[in-house]
Amino acid sequence: MSGATDGTHPRLQENHFVLEFPSLPANVAFSRYAVAAFASQLDQFTLVDIEDIRIAVSELVSNVVIHAYPDGPGPVRVEGRLREGCLEITVSDQGRGIANVEQALEPTFTTLPGERMGLGLTFARQLMDEMTVTSVPGEGTVVHLVKRPSAAPVQPPAVSS
Amino acid sequence: MVNLEWVSTPAGPCLVAAISGELDLQTAPLLRTQIEGAWSQHPEARQLILDLSGVTFVDSSGLGAVLGRYRQCVLRGGRMALVGLQPNVRRLFELSGVLRIMEAYNSLDEALPLPREGGGRA
Ligand SMILES: Nc1ncnc2c1ncn2[C@@H]1O[C@H](COP(=O)(O)OP(=O)(O)OP(=O)(O)O)[C@@H](O)[C@H]1O
Ligand SMILES: [Mg+2]
Repeated sequence: MSGATDGTHPRLQENHFVLEFPSLPANVAFSRYAVAAFASQLDQFTLVDIEDIRIAVSELVSNVVIHAYPDGPGPVRVEGRLREGCLEITVSDQGRGIANVEQALEPTFTTLPGERMGLGLTFARQLMDEMTVTSVPGEGTVVHLVKRPSAAPVQPPAVSS
Repeated sequence: MVNLEWVSTPAGPCLVAAISGELDLQTAPLLRTQIEGAWSQHPEARQLILDLSGVTFVDSSGLGAVLGRYRQCVLRGGRMALVGLQPNVRRLFELSGVLRIMEAYNSLDEALPLPREGGGRA
């Protein structure tokens, strides 16, 4: 959007952030706002893309609050990177870990039945382009997400004169 | 966040719960406690309408709270209807499949009184 003639960068090249906060329920909203605001720097994201990102972050950070540290707040780290026209997000914790990741990714699987639906990881996977879950029981969990603009051309459009 | 109102209908009292704001891990428990509190005032009530027109965001915690109220209603032999899902909220409800079992209406007028027969409309 910005022109190169006024000394600003012609387009966003690369940017990143690191957020660290305790796994308090109030920080679920905080983290999804922060990541959505960061993602909005990439003009190509549509409002639906941003909503997808908002939901995915909400799910992953909620999981840390509920599952990683069931006995009280522990550290959550959220990292974001805009690179090569897409957004990468990493949510990590040093909590309880996941014994069986494959099972955790199954729709409706939950270790806390009741009002939990077992859909958070399924939503995150469906709404993002890539999702990788790495977990070591007793040490923690790292979830890596990639979101590409839904309307992105495969090749950058040629500049016409 | 949760505004509760009792409406009398031919089928008995109907609880209309108008929810506003974002329904997530922090706010979803309110939905449960407020509605459970209201039910205890009218134990004979069998109908619940959740007006979600003021809800701007929902995730699986919010969906879980809504599904929990639905299950409670069914256990009481009653029914529940949803009203006024904003497009982004509707999308997540659809992704989860819960709209296949729950009635959803555009307005309170359409939802009240709850029809006895037939499924919900978009
Ligand atoms: N960060 C985490 N640390 C430990 N366990 C986790 C973590 N994230 C997910 N899990 C495990 O994976 C399961 C599935 O997670 P998912 O988000 O899909 O469902 P849920 O959180 O149980 O329910 P919902 O997301 O619908 O409220 C959880 O029940 C939990 O056992
Ligand atoms: Mg979850």
